[in-house]
Amino acid sequence: MPVYSEKVMQHFMNPQNVGEISDYDGIGEIGNPVCGDMMTFYIKVKDNRIQDVKYKTFGCGAAIAVSSMVSEMVKGKTLEEALAVTPSMVARELQGLPKNKYHCSNLGAQALRKAIRNYAVKNKIDIPGLTDQEEPEEDEEHACET
Amino acid sequence: MMRKVYMDHVAAMPLLPEVREAMLPFLDELFGNPQSLHAWGDGARDAMENAREQVAALIGGNAEEIIFTSCGTESNNMAIKGIARARADKGRHIIISAVEHFSVMNAARALQKEGFEVTVVPVDEYGMVDPDEVARSVRPDTVLVSIMHANGEVGTIEPLAEISRKLPKGGPVFHSDAVASAGNIPIDVKELGVDALSLAGNQFYGPRGSGALWVRRGVRILPLMEGGIQEGGRRPGTEDVPAIVGLGKAAELAGQNLEDRIEQLGGLRDKLIHGVLNTIEHSILTGHPTRRLPHYASFCLKFIEGEAILMLLNSQGIAAASGSACTSRALKASHVLLAMGISHETAQGSTLFTLGLENSEDDVDYVLEKLPAVVDRLRQMSPLYSKFLKEQRG
Repeated sequence: MPVYSEKVMQHFMNPQNVGEISDYDGIGEIGNPVCGDMMTFYIKVKDNRIQDVKYKTFGCGAAIAVSSMVSEMVKGKTLEEALAVTPSMVARELQGLPKNKYHCSNLGAQALRKAIRNYAVKNKIDIPGLTDQEEPEEDEEHACET
Repeated sequence: MMRKVYMDHVAAMPLLPEVREAMLPFLDELFGNPQSLHAWGDGARDAMENAREQVAALIGGNAEEIIFTSCGTESNNMAIKGIARARADKGRHIIISAVEHFSVMNAARALQKEGFEVTVVPVDEYGMVDPDEVARSVRPDTVLVSIMHANGEVGTIEPLAEISRKLPKGGPVFHSDAVASAGNIPIDVKELGVDALSLAGNQFYGPRGSGALWVRRGVRILPLMEGGIQEGGRRPGTEDVPAIVGLGKAAELAGQNLEDRIEQLGGLRDKLIHGVLNTIEHSILTGHPTRRLPHYASFCLKFIEGEAILMLLNSQGIAAASGSACTSRALKASHVLLAMGISHETAQGSTLFTLGLENSEDDVDYVLEKLPAVVDRLRQMSPLYSKFLKEQRG
């Protein structure tokens, strides 16, 4: 088995909030199959809060655990609070990720950010923290390089 | 207690009890050095020379043509570098295939720094090398051709005899990495028409740390290491007698029982292959449908990723392997699958079951019972699968 923390194994074996939201308010897709990890996050927003979050993930055990953890971390949070979740916070909550897997599997926070951006663009609203913390695009392209 | 089914024999195999028994005295009272000129040395030397006969018999070679090494990787490195360097005055061109093991590929790559040119011949969708393509790649300065006997990831058996027939007489030396095949299917170096052949004991129930390189008499080869006179100076270093004895015993047993083993494992393999292809949609067999090793059942299960598959299988007590990017340390998809024209996306679902003598029909049934649920569970959370379903619905 890969060297994963107990927390990663927990979330991998029992991933929370898996699925799709058909009438989503925002959708965010990230990753590419060449690296092996793809995530699609769906959010339902009510009163500026993430009322519901679901995702689908194609990837390794860590990628699945990351998606599950991100969904847990942001559910019920305000959009600003959700935007404040960073990949390193996710990794910390998961009791760490293997070094070589850190970048490729840890895309959940970025996918969620994209979903929030999608929601903001559609509704023409400005959310503090959405643009100024933009992840550089090359992070995504080079995600499979260690 | 949960059922345990081990189907990762390419990674490691248990020692056969007879092999272990044969080795034990040499870890104990028969500790002598084969080079010593006394009774202790004589005992070790006799055992080592007996093992040499046993290994030679497995592949139809002569005992004095066997060089003992520490593993398949060493055998391959020694063959590629040792033969190419010994023939560098005749030319500096080498031919290998696109599906070789890293120990062949990277040894050839290392030689590029010494001024050698390497031609990599492609394979077809089954991982098969085209003999004509090899023949066309031969140049006047080609000193070495190295094509594996069987592939260690998909089990495809390469047409070595046909390749050999198409190589010019007196031209390049023909080496084959037979680490995956030796002890698992019949090998006769004369029939295959090869000049050098690598094998390793840990692929046929012998100990790890045991390997051999057969080099036809008359083929020059330089040592990888400088040292004393062991193995005729070609592979210096104090001999690992217990490993050599274990390798010999494993070779003898493989030779004696080869037909039975092929029948047993081939039957289980076919049951597993048919079961998977029939019960799991969007699964493909990798490697050649018929020209394949008897213990190899290899697949790509679309829309999902290999590491996650292995983790869920492990949670059901099943051990398998994968060539997905995520399962490799380097996070790169298997070069073998890519060379066969399989997309990165599909290669992610690589799942390899390698059967062994301790596996039973019940084991195969257990895998066939558990695998579909594992696949389904991961597909249910795969964005690629939901995308596919949506597109299918139009």
